[in-house]
Amino acid sequence: GKKAKDIAEIEKKVIEAFEVFDHECNKTVDVREIGSVVRSLGCYPTEAELQELLAEVEEEEPTGYIHLEKFLPVMTRVLLERSYQPIPEDVLLHAFEALDENKCGYLTKEELVKYMTEEGEPFTQEEMEDMLSAALEPETNTVCYKDYITLMIVDDV
Amino acid sequence: KRKREPAPVHFALNNAAVLIQRWYRRYVARLEMRRRCTWRIFQSIEYACEQDQIKLHNFFSYLMDHFTPSSSKERDFISRMFVSGESFKEAELEKYCDYESMEVPDSYTGPHLSFPLLPDHATTLLEAFKRKQQLHARYVLNLLHETRKHLKQLPNISHVSTCYSEEVTVCGDLHGQLDDLFLIFYKNGLPSPSKSYVFNGDFVDRGKQSLEILIVLFTFLLVYPNEVHLNRGNHEDHMVNLRYGFSVHGRKILKMIQNVFCWLPLATLIDQKVLIIHGGISDTTDLDMLEKIQRHKFISVLRGKKRKESNRNVEIQEIIGESKADASAAEHDAASSPSPQPQPAQAPSMTNRLEFSKWVRQMVQEQIERCRQLVDSESEEEELTYSSFVSMTDLNAPCWTRQEEWKQILDILWSDPMPQEGCRENTVRGGGCYFGPDVTKKILEKYSLQFLIRSHECKQEGYEFCHSRKVLTIFSASNYYEIGSNRGAYVKLGPDLVPHFVQYQANKTAHTLTMTQRISRVEESAFRALREKLFAHTSALISAFKAYDKDGTGRITLSNWATAVESVLRLGLPWRMLRPQLAHSMADGMLEYKSWLEDLAMEQQSQEHIQSGLLEVIYRNRSNLETIFRIIDRDHSGLISFEEFHQTWKLFSSHMNIELTDDGINDLVRSIDFNKDGNIDFNEFLEAFQETEFNSDCQKASNWVPSLES
Repeated sequence: GKKAKDIAEIEKKVIEAFEVFDHECNKTVDVREIGSVVRSLGCYPTEAELQELLAEVEEEEPTGYIHLEKFLPVMTRVLLERSYQPIPEDVLLHAFEALDENKCGYLTKEELVKYMTEEGEPFTQEEMEDMLSAALEPETNTVCYKDYITLMIVDDV
Repeated sequence: KRKREPAPVHFALNNAAVLIQRWYRRYVARLEMRRRCTWRIFQSIEYACEQDQIKLHNFFSYLMDHFTPSSSKERDFISRMFVSGESFKEAELEKYCDYESMEVPDSYTGPHLSFPLLPDHATTLLEAFKRKQQLHARYVLNLLHETRKHLKQLPNISHVSTCYSEEVTVCGDLHGQLDDLFLIFYKNGLPSPSKSYVFNGDFVDRGKQSLEILIVLFTFLLVYPNEVHLNRGNHEDHMVNLRYGFSVHGRKILKMIQNVFCWLPLATLIDQKVLIIHGGISDTTDLDMLEKIQRHKFISVLRGKKRKESNRNVEIQEIIGESKADASAAEHDAASSPSPQPQPAQAPSMTNRLEFSKWVRQMVQEQIERCRQLVDSESEEEELTYSSFVSMTDLNAPCWTRQEEWKQILDILWSDPMPQEGCRENTVRGGGCYFGPDVTKKILEKYSLQFLIRSHECKQEGYEFCHSRKVLTIFSASNYYEIGSNRGAYVKLGPDLVPHFVQYQANKTAHTLTMTQRISRVEESAFRALREKLFAHTSALISAFKAYDKDGTGRITLSNWATAVESVLRLGLPWRMLRPQLAHSMADGMLEYKSWLEDLAMEQQSQEHIQSGLLEVIYRNRSNLETIFRIIDRDHSGLISFEEFHQTWKLFSSHMNIELTDDGINDLVRSIDFNKDGNIDFNEFLEAFQETEFNSDCQKASNWVPSLES
C-alpha cells in the first residue's frame, strides 16, 4: 500500500545519496564519508550517534568500507523513524546565546574557538578555520552569530 | 564512559556546543554533496555534448539517404556540404599557405620572429601575449611551416630521459587557457636545457586563446627541441575543432594547423618506464604498431556511423532505387577510382536524370568514404620516414589494415579509465574505450612500464590516481567549468620517477571567496546549464510526465518526476538530490509539471517571437548547427549567405521532423541583426541562444596575477 510506496521512495533516495560518494562504482563508500551521506539525507546526528549508526552498518571485520546492502535497510529505518531531527533556526540561536555570557549579541574569536574546540564534540582545526572564514568579521575579530545564522540558512538549500 | 556530573552552567554550555557542532557538520556535509552533484552535472553535460558528434554524422547519413535536391541551388548546397575539406598535396600546401609574400606593415607593433628561432624570441612572444598583442599572420604561418618540418622528423613515440635534465614536468589539458600556461611557467620556470616539459595534448578548443597557446608551445618546441615534447590530444583534430570553434583564423592558418596536428607525436616514454598518452589505452593497444604506423595519415580520427563493407553498395542501391545492372556499374566505378579526390561542385544538369543520379551516387560514395575515415589522402610521394621505410622493407612486417591502425590512435586519444575490470566501448564520448585495472596491468607488464600518465578528464584537484596508483590523470586547465570549479596541476618526475605535484588556480577571485561562495557560484552555473538542457527537451519531458499522469491532473509525484527526467535526459544524475534546486513541490509532495516547464521556458533568453518548439530544437542541437554552419562557411569568415542559412534550416527541420515554414525561418533571421551584404554572422545568431558558456569571460582576468597558492 502507501507505506510500501513510501519505503520504496525512501530507498531510492538513500541509494542516490550513497552513489554520489561511491567513487569506485562498486556499491561501497569509504567509512569516513558515510557521515556526509547520512547528513545530506536530512539528518542531524551528533558524532556519537553517527558512531552508533556506523557500528550497525560496518562489516564484522571492519574493512574501511561500508556496503550498500548493509547501509540501505538501516538508513531507511532511520529516515522512516525520523531520527536525528533537524535543528530549527531559533533553537540554533538559543545555543549561540547560551555561549554568549555577556549577552552582547556577538562572540569574540577566542570565545568561539574555545567553545568549539574544547567543548561538546570538538572541532578539528580545519573545521574551526572553515567556520571562522565565513563567520568572523576580520575588523572586529568577532562573530555576530545572528547574522551568521541568517547567512547560513539562506545558503543552505 | 561516564563523565563526572558537570555543573549546570557547564552542562548548558556543553549542550549548546554540541548542538552548534551538530548543525555545522550537517551543513558541511550538505555542501560537500552539492559540490559533488555540481561536478557530476558539468561532467555529464560535457560528455553528452561529445555524443552530439554521433548525431551529426547521423544527420549526414540521413541526408545521403533521403535527400533529393529539387533545384540546382539545393544541389550545389548539398555538394558543398559533402565536399568539405579539400586535400592537398605537399607542394600545393606550400603554395596555398604561402607566407613569404605577406608583408608585415610598418604599423605593426607586435613581436617579430625570424628563423631559426632563439630563446629571446620565445620570451618576447610571452611578453607580447601578456600585453594582449597578436602575432602577425605571416609569422604564424612561418612558425607553423617550421613546426611541421620539425615534427615530421619525430617518431610516433617520443623518448625522454631523466638523466639529461634532472626533472621532467608533465602538463595536461590546457584548452586554450593561456593564463594557466603563464602560471605554469611562472611557478615552474620556462623550458630550457635543464628543464624538460611534456605537454599531453588538448592545447586548443573551449578556452579563448587556443592559437596563442599553440604559438607559445611550438616556439618553445623549435627553440628547445630536445627538451620540449608534445603529444597529440583528441582535440588536435579537425572535426573536433569545427565543433568547438577553433576555426576563426582564416583558411590558411587553419589549413596549416590541420597539417601540423596530424604530425604531432602520439605518445611519450620517460626512461622507458612511464608512458604518457592523452586519453588512455585499450586491451588491443600495441606500442609496436603505434611506433610504425604513418600517423600523419589521420587528420581526424572521428568517424560516422559504422557501415559494413559488404552492405555499402546494397545501401546505395536502395537509396537511389536503381536497377541491379546500374548498381553494379556504380560499384565498378567506385572500386576503380583512386582514393577520394575532391570532385568539382559542378553537378550535371538536372534534365539528364541518369547523369544526375550517377553524380549523386558518386557524391554519396565519397561521403561514405569520407565519413568512414576522415583521412586526408595526401598521396604524396614524399621523403620516407624511417618507420615507413622499415615497414616497407621488412618482409616480416605485419600488414595492418587502415582500420586497425585507426583504432590504435583512437584508443590512445579518447579512452578513459574505469574502476571495473575489463574493456568496453566508450559510448559516452563516442570514441575509444573504458579500460579497467586489468587492462592497465597487462600493458604495464607487457612493456615493462611502471605507470601511465594521461589527461583527457577534468579533475577537481588537477590530478588523480586510479588503478592502484598505476594510472595518473593530470589536468592543467584550472577553473575549467567555471571559476572555482577545479584546480589545475602539473607533475614533476625525477630519476626516481616519484611524482611531485603542483596545483594552482589561475584566477584571483577564486581565492577571495569562501568555500561556500565558491561552491555556490559553480553550482549556479551548473544548474543554469542543466535547466537549459531540461528546457531543450520540453516536448519529450511532457510526454514522459503525461505517462504518469493518466488522469491529466497536471501533477505527478516527485518520484515519478525523477524517473521521467532521467529517462529523457539520460545524464545519470541523482535527480532526487537535485530536485529541491530545480523544482518546487506542492504541500502534498506532488509536482505541477506544466507550470514548472513554463517557468523553465520563461527563463531562457527572450525570443518570444520564435515558436517554442523551434526554440527547443535550437537549444538541443546548437552545437551541431554550429558545426554545420562552419562546414558551409568555406572561407571561414564567420558569414554565410541568407540562402545557405535558409537551406540549412530546411534540411535540418525535415530531419528533425518539425514544421518549419519559410515564415518560421524568416522569424529566425529577424532575431538577429544581419545586414552584412546579405550575409548572416552565424556566431552572432547562435550566441543569441547561448545562455551559458563553460568558460565565461570573467575568467580571463585582465590583469593576470600569479596564484598565491603553492
